[in-house]
Amino acid sequence: MSLLSIETLGLSIGGTGILRDVSLTVAPGEIVAITGESGSGKSMTALATMGLAPDRAATTGRILLDGTDILATPEAQLCAMRGREMGMVFQEPMTALNPVQTIGAQVAETIRIHENIPKAQARDRARAMLTRVGLPEDRFPLSRYPHELSGGQRQRVVIAMAIALRPKLLIADEPTTALDVTTQARILDLLRGLTEEFGMGLLMITHDLAVVADMADRIVVMQNGAVVETGATPDLLREMRHPYTRALFAASAHAVDLPPAPAPAPLLEVRGVHRSYRRPRRSLFGPRPEIQAVRDVSFTLNRGERLGLVGESGCGKSTLTRALLGLEPVQSGSITLGGAPVWTDRHPNLAVRRQMQVVFQDPYGSFNPRHRVSRLITEPFHLLPDPPQGAARDRKVAEALTAVGLAPKDARKYIHEFSGGQRQRIAIARALINDPALIVFDEAVSALDVSVRAQVLDLLADLCRQRPLSYLFISHDLSVVRTITDKVMVMQAGEIVEQGPTEQVFSAPRHPYTKALLAAAPQLPDLRTTAHAP
Amino acid sequence: MIRYTLGRLVSLGLSLVVASLVIFAVVEVVPGDPAAYMLGVNARPDTVAALRAELGLDGTVQERYLGWVTGMLQGDFGVSYTYRTPVSEMIGDRIWVSLPLALYALSLSVLIAFPAGIYAASRRGRPGDIGVMGATQLGVAIPNFWFAMILVLIFAIKLRWFSAGGFSGWDAGVWSGLKSLTLPAIALALPQAAILARVMRSSLLDMLGEDFIRTARAKGLSRRQALWRHAVRNALIPVLTIIGLQFSFLLAGGIVIEQVFFLPGLGRLIFQAISARDLIVVESVVMLLVFLVIVVNFAVDLAYAAVDPRLRTRA
Repeated sequence: MSLLSIETLGLSIGGTGILRDVSLTVAPGEIVAITGESGSGKSMTALATMGLAPDRAATTGRILLDGTDILATPEAQLCAMRGREMGMVFQEPMTALNPVQTIGAQVAETIRIHENIPKAQARDRARAMLTRVGLPEDRFPLSRYPHELSGGQRQRVVIAMAIALRPKLLIADEPTTALDVTTQARILDLLRGLTEEFGMGLLMITHDLAVVADMADRIVVMQNGAVVETGATPDLLREMRHPYTRALFAASAHAVDLPPAPAPAPLLEVRGVHRSYRRPRRSLFGPRPEIQAVRDVSFTLNRGERLGLVGESGCGKSTLTRALLGLEPVQSGSITLGGAPVWTDRHPNLAVRRQMQVVFQDPYGSFNPRHRVSRLITEPFHLLPDPPQGAARDRKVAEALTAVGLAPKDARKYIHEFSGGQRQRIAIARALINDPALIVFDEAVSALDVSVRAQVLDLLADLCRQRPLSYLFISHDLSVVRTITDKVMVMQAGEIVEQGPTEQVFSAPRHPYTKALLAAAPQLPDLRTTAHAP
Repeated sequence: MIRYTLGRLVSLGLSLVVASLVIFAVVEVVPGDPAAYMLGVNARPDTVAALRAELGLDGTVQERYLGWVTGMLQGDFGVSYTYRTPVSEMIGDRIWVSLPLALYALSLSVLIAFPAGIYAASRRGRPGDIGVMGATQLGVAIPNFWFAMILVLIFAIKLRWFSAGGFSGWDAGVWSGLKSLTLPAIALALPQAAILARVMRSSLLDMLGEDFIRTARAKGLSRRQALWRHAVRNALIPVLTIIGLQFSFLLAGGIVIEQVFFLPGLGRLIFQAISARDLIVVESVVMLLVFLVIVVNFAVDLAYAAVDPRLRTRA
């Protein structure tokens, strides 16, 4: 008999259907992954299984955990089951822990609310559990607060809380999405090890198909609140009966054809750049420690070249980007665009600044919601000495919107009328509107669903064919960087440890860190070969 | 934590120095002769000269400032010109009315606001919440002197539980002193409690939407447990800010209430001193109030750090 059995689950909120006819099972010791794009109902299925669906949600069907129907269980009994029978790990480790309580107290709390044992005993068990998830007490005492830990370490605390009572079922909702690839690999290893050791069922929710293919015994593909395909991982990957499953995998592995880069002629030249920050004193009269955020970075971006920058969080990518854009001065070294320095005499050089534009990660937060699109995308005109007016301005707006695949009439709309992918197109239109020499894409496709991401990557490739586009593409996603750039730089602890033609760096990495990064990144199975296997 | 406390202490000291300079400058340095101002337009020149000598206005600005500050540090606030008594004695009598009244009102305000705010947040959108929010709306809108008059009508005139005004002093016992401060404290506390309850509710609702509350629920905590164990302490930061501001207001802002209840407090003292142009008293009382407000802010800063471990490491 299976541990968890969801039978024809339906869920609606205020008459709007969220889930339809969802059925799936998880056996003890089995890893089942639910995958799909945002809005497919993955997270709602998980919350309903925990009995944590919103109050206004109306449900049909059954969710049986070891024979008990969660949907028919009163709240008091659900409280007794949560944490003991089933645990849950969430996506965002930075906010999933209470900032004003120590990690020891938070892990011990799971034990103490379910078992009537002395405080000291609960702490001993919390200590053992934290050690099991890789936070031994000599380095991570129970008295640490969440803000003293990194994202990966916090996620380990959340996992320790969820498994402290060895629940039969662990639900992990995008447990590694917010983490770096090497951290992700370690957390996935931990989850796999715990599942085996405790004989837990693991219901894992993730949009990342490479992680799914790597981890899961069985896969459930969801779309618009319904399950479209389910099966054992090797079978599902081989057969892919449903067109949506095929589309999803195709979009994940999407590759674009970039036109060849023109003959090298330097555009952006970075020479020996250093940037350090002073941290607050540790002791009362102690020295202020310095953090070397960027150390001796030199590179050249040629005209018409597409350069990638990869590295994990804290490696100095953002500091370097701010320096390139002239948002912050550097302590030593030079940054020039077309021969002119981006920073002169303690002031950013505006003549250079207007030659650069940037597209950010968050398509929701990077627009003023009270401005119309026409005003949003003409913001770079402020940098021009004589910005186009009247009909010339309208023509520029129409051109930019058409270039990114939107209609000129969209200029009159507000930003909330667009989806995430459309917003990212608008951000690109804003970057294109005064024909900059260089565009910086800072994690510009990281927040998008795979199918939308594929479309935006196609758009970039199209733009490269239409105009001489030079860009710096910063991303933690190695597969995206591999397809959308000609050259790539790998950054670690403030230094560029390897740079070269993208294909060469990816297929024959030389630096140990590059090798480690590539090894940690989960790989999509090669579908062309598996699809035709017997 | 030591660094944080020392940092706050340095800021407290600096604030006091700046405040004393500003008060001194406004009263004594800006154009116009304080002695002539105090005596009015018809004063005879020799009276003015005598008062100038008495006030020590003949020295240099630096000497006068240092004299004033060192005097205050030794408990010497000068002698009131109108009453001919040492200002320190006048303040000494009245601070034992105003300070207990402010603390009393603040305690009542917290005792009303915390349960009301937490109750409303835990029943968001339900009748209990709507009822509490309606009541706080009234509390914010109605001025405290109106409450004061209603309280006098009901509890002093009709029920005869309390006296309608005056202060019995602390010599007759703590209980009788507290009794004469009860109605004024309630009148002061009600509007403050209404504001505080609204802040508590909205701050708690913000916290209840946080990810760590969902984590707590996934561990098996009930809604109520999650609220008490995880939301309340996190919600305290904005509430502490408001409590600090309210205490400052209650210290000196009780002047109308002091009038209604005939209480010999600091508010009345400063009002009378201003009417009598007694600059010596004005200067000293204002400095004392500023001192108390700055100390309260220091205490609030320490309370922040006690609540939030992130502040302890950040300097």
